[in-house]
Amino acid sequence: MNTSLLKKAVLAALLAGAWLTAGAALKVGDTLPELASYSLEGKLPDTRGKVVIVDFWASWCLPCAESFPVMDELQKKYGDRLVVIAVNVDEKASNMDKFLKKHAVTFAVVRDAGQKLVATVSPETMPTSFILDGTGKVRFLHNGFHGETTRKEYLSEIESILK
Amino acid sequence: MKTKVFFLLASVVLLGATGCANVKPWQREHLADYTMRPDRDPLGIAQKEHIWFSREEASGGSGVGGGGCGCN
Repeated sequence: MNTSLLKKAVLAALLAGAWLTAGAALKVGDTLPELASYSLEGKLPDTRGKVVIVDFWASWCLPCAESFPVMDELQKKYGDRLVVIAVNVDEKASNMDKFLKKHAVTFAVVRDAGQKLVATVSPETMPTSFILDGTGKVRFLHNGFHGETTRKEYLSEIESILK
Repeated sequence: MKTKVFFLLASVVLLGATGCANVKPWQREHLADYTMRPDRDPLGIAQKEHIWFSREEASGGSGVGGGGCGCN
């Protein structure tokens, strides 16, 4: 067996695999893609000039359920100055509906039925939330939800943008 | 000849690589299902751990927290 050729073949396969699986995840400093161009199910609120939290979630994700009351609290606390948009990525709308019956919220919930937006944004965990400033630029990013720690971070980050 | 062997090997390795799947965080709905939980049968686990302990004089280290959704 020619080991040099085998090494090259393995390297080629690894490079191909890396290329195929590489995703350009949205990061701090980037601008969130225009949500209206992704045919999301549900009504998108007006976000112009406001602080926006875009949260990617699913009904099967337990930390997502923990995050909902906190985001609802934030929406109520900041009123017009903040817009929370929860983007659901469930395969079945019925799962989302069931979840929302159990966890009723006042903020906007839309569904990325084709999972196109989520594939573009490529979040590393469920949930992942992006805090945007009035220009749509990502100022803060939260991978997962860690209870009170994340809540406090949300509050201080929103305050820092509103200043 | 060498080129042919290279492409043959590369094809075989690539074909093997198709068996690997990179499940994205938003695609883990089925992995997060209750039936995928390793701890859904406490009695069965207790029996297995008892057998393991009796045989190996060691216990624990058999799992991690959480289900298959890989959340957080």
